[in-house]
Amino acid sequence: MIEIKNLHANVNGKEILRGINLTVKAGEVHAIMGPNGSGKSTLAQVLSGHPAYEVTQGSVTFEGQDLLDMEPEVRAHAGVFLAFQYPVEIPGVSNSYFLKAGLNEIRKSRGEEELDSMQFLKMLKEKMKIVEMDASFINRPVNEGFSGGEKKRNEILQMAVLEPKLAILDETDSGLDIDALKIVSAGVNKLKTPQNATIVVTHYQRLLNYIVPDFVHVLVKGRIVKSGGKELAMELEANGYDFIREEMLQSA
Amino acid sequence: MSETIEELVSQEYKYGFTTNIETDTIPPGLSEDVVRLISKKKNEPEWLTDWRLKAYRTWLTMEEPRWPNLKYAKIDYQSVSYYSAPKEMKKFNSLDEIDPILLETYEKLGISLTEQKRLSGVAVDAVFDSVSVATTFKETLKEKGIIFCSFSEAVHEHPELVKKYLGSVVPSADNYFAALNSAVFSDGSFCYIPKGVRCPMELSTYFRINASNTGQFERTLIVADEGAYVSYLEGCTAPMRDEHQLHAAVVELVAMDNAEVKYSTVQNWYAGDKDGKGGIYNFVTKRGKCAGVNSKISWTQVETGSAITWKYPSVILQGDNSIGEFYSVAVVNNRQDADTGTKMHHIGKNTRSTIVSKGISAGRGNNTYRGLVSIGKNATNSRNYTQCDSMLIGNKCSANTFPYIEVRNSSSSVEHEASTSKIGEDQIFYCKQRGINTENAISMIINGFAKEVFKNLPMEFAVEAQKLLGISLEGSVG
Repeated sequence: MIEIKNLHANVNGKEILRGINLTVKAGEVHAIMGPNGSGKSTLAQVLSGHPAYEVTQGSVTFEGQDLLDMEPEVRAHAGVFLAFQYPVEIPGVSNSYFLKAGLNEIRKSRGEEELDSMQFLKMLKEKMKIVEMDASFINRPVNEGFSGGEKKRNEILQMAVLEPKLAILDETDSGLDIDALKIVSAGVNKLKTPQNATIVVTHYQRLLNYIVPDFVHVLVKGRIVKSGGKELAMELEANGYDFIREEMLQSA
Repeated sequence: MSETIEELVSQEYKYGFTTNIETDTIPPGLSEDVVRLISKKKNEPEWLTDWRLKAYRTWLTMEEPRWPNLKYAKIDYQSVSYYSAPKEMKKFNSLDEIDPILLETYEKLGISLTEQKRLSGVAVDAVFDSVSVATTFKETLKEKGIIFCSFSEAVHEHPELVKKYLGSVVPSADNYFAALNSAVFSDGSFCYIPKGVRCPMELSTYFRINASNTGQFERTLIVADEGAYVSYLEGCTAPMRDEHQLHAAVVELVAMDNAEVKYSTVQNWYAGDKDGKGGIYNFVTKRGKCAGVNSKISWTQVETGSAITWKYPSVILQGDNSIGEFYSVAVVNNRQDADTGTKMHHIGKNTRSTIVSKGISAGRGNNTYRGLVSIGKNATNSRNYTQCDSMLIGNKCSANTFPYIEVRNSSSSVEHEASTSKIGEDQIFYCKQRGINTENAISMIINGFAKEVFKNLPMEFAVEAQKLLGISLEGSVG
């Protein structure tokens, strides 16, 4: 589905990603772990096309297309979704209006008919059950006055509505208490199909107890230094990131 | 990124066309003779000629205000023509007699003067340059006793009402531009809703400046007698011309006991090009008087046009328990300057006022909110709530807020909230990540910002205003 080759990226002239190689196939869940400042979130932002990041080298192919050449909204149309670490507030714009606008743009780009308000509302109410959201969220302004947990649930709701091929979850577990974490993870799991893929970016192993990855990659200083199965996450949890650093030193 | 936003705010003005029609335009210049000539052309009674002359003499002693936060070249009042009308303007008995070119002009502007074509149930008074060319649904309204006609017609048909209320809210000596208007006003709309009548349709005036080198000075007077209700909308456009044109209007509203007047404006005069060439200088005095108890006056304005805007729709809360409201969205882009806001004068007891102002600045635009809340000694238990929000798009624009508050009794309360925000790259990126392009993202963010004001506009105009906002900001985002 997505093939990242030797990806280098800068922000404000500083190199953050220094040669990422990663291939994700349909039906897979990949976890990207790493210490603070390792470039995890940068990778998520670069893949979704945030304008503050400059790609200096490498390529990203998504479903056979050059992803880096696409505007962020075109990437969204193609099926790339980013669940934001810090979801943005849009005062005065209702959640349902926002989601309907996004969904209909995506549908239009695929040559599908736009949903009218009635059809959309019916669908939205179904999807809200996935993240156990209250009906009042429909008319509340996008993320305005939402608690941290509500914002994250709202991200997963958006994912449920937009049905992306590739979902990138950027620190979705940060700021969540255990109950919210369970709801959010259960939501993500319900949305999993053999046709879509998920990249879970996280600092802690905790989230991976609920969203079980097929592969775990450890990112240090802008490079993937170790890949493995879900047991690698357990190892990290037990030993911290230092053991990876030690391994790196030994092999150097 | 900045560039995309910049680009988005500059779309062409679609009402910039000119109508070729023979006009009767008097030569530029202003003097007592010109004032007399205008009055004569309109066949006015002597009292009105004298009223104009008095205003003119007052104007001569006054000075153009320098306090607004506006930059514009000095206006040469002698280079303006003070009267222009399509030739052969006789009084029409029916709409069929109107010059088809004029009808076509209004069709092009999206205003149909042909009654059967209007499904929306809005009565329109169309003012072209200096004169009113048509008033629709007059007969329907007459059945209810409602008078809705051009100002000139009212002077002849209802002199007692005009005489009683003209200048009763905005005296001719009120300010420089009001005095000028009082001397040379050419036409406008007049509306009287009799006791206990709820006006069954929206009333609307559509102002169009066409001729070059002329000023437009219209006057609107709306009186809602005891227990009456009326909702009124004003729209305006002008051709794109390289020189600046002067527009100095006066609007007076009167609400008697238990009456309500709702006045909405969608102002879209030509704003000039991106370098500030051309555009309308808009100096307007709008004021309403809640003369009776439990009366209510509500101003809603969406200001997107004009090179210069100087405008403070105000309410005098004289009757006990009366209510004044001001909802405003003012947009400046390119080189536009706006100094706008409101004044709420609390005089009666238990009077209440609400001010919601949303300023949007883009390009090199400069947007100023200026407001006065004054609560008098006898206006006990009065309340005001003010909310002033500014939104900046790009790095070259500015927003200013000058709230003045005067409270002279201890039982009243005044609340003021203000905020300034910038359309952030992060907001736009968030929308884009959900599949919405930059242009739609900005329009969505701005409409969300201005929502509280739009919801006070009559439905169909709210839709128009939303579109207008998108248009005037197109190409501006940064």
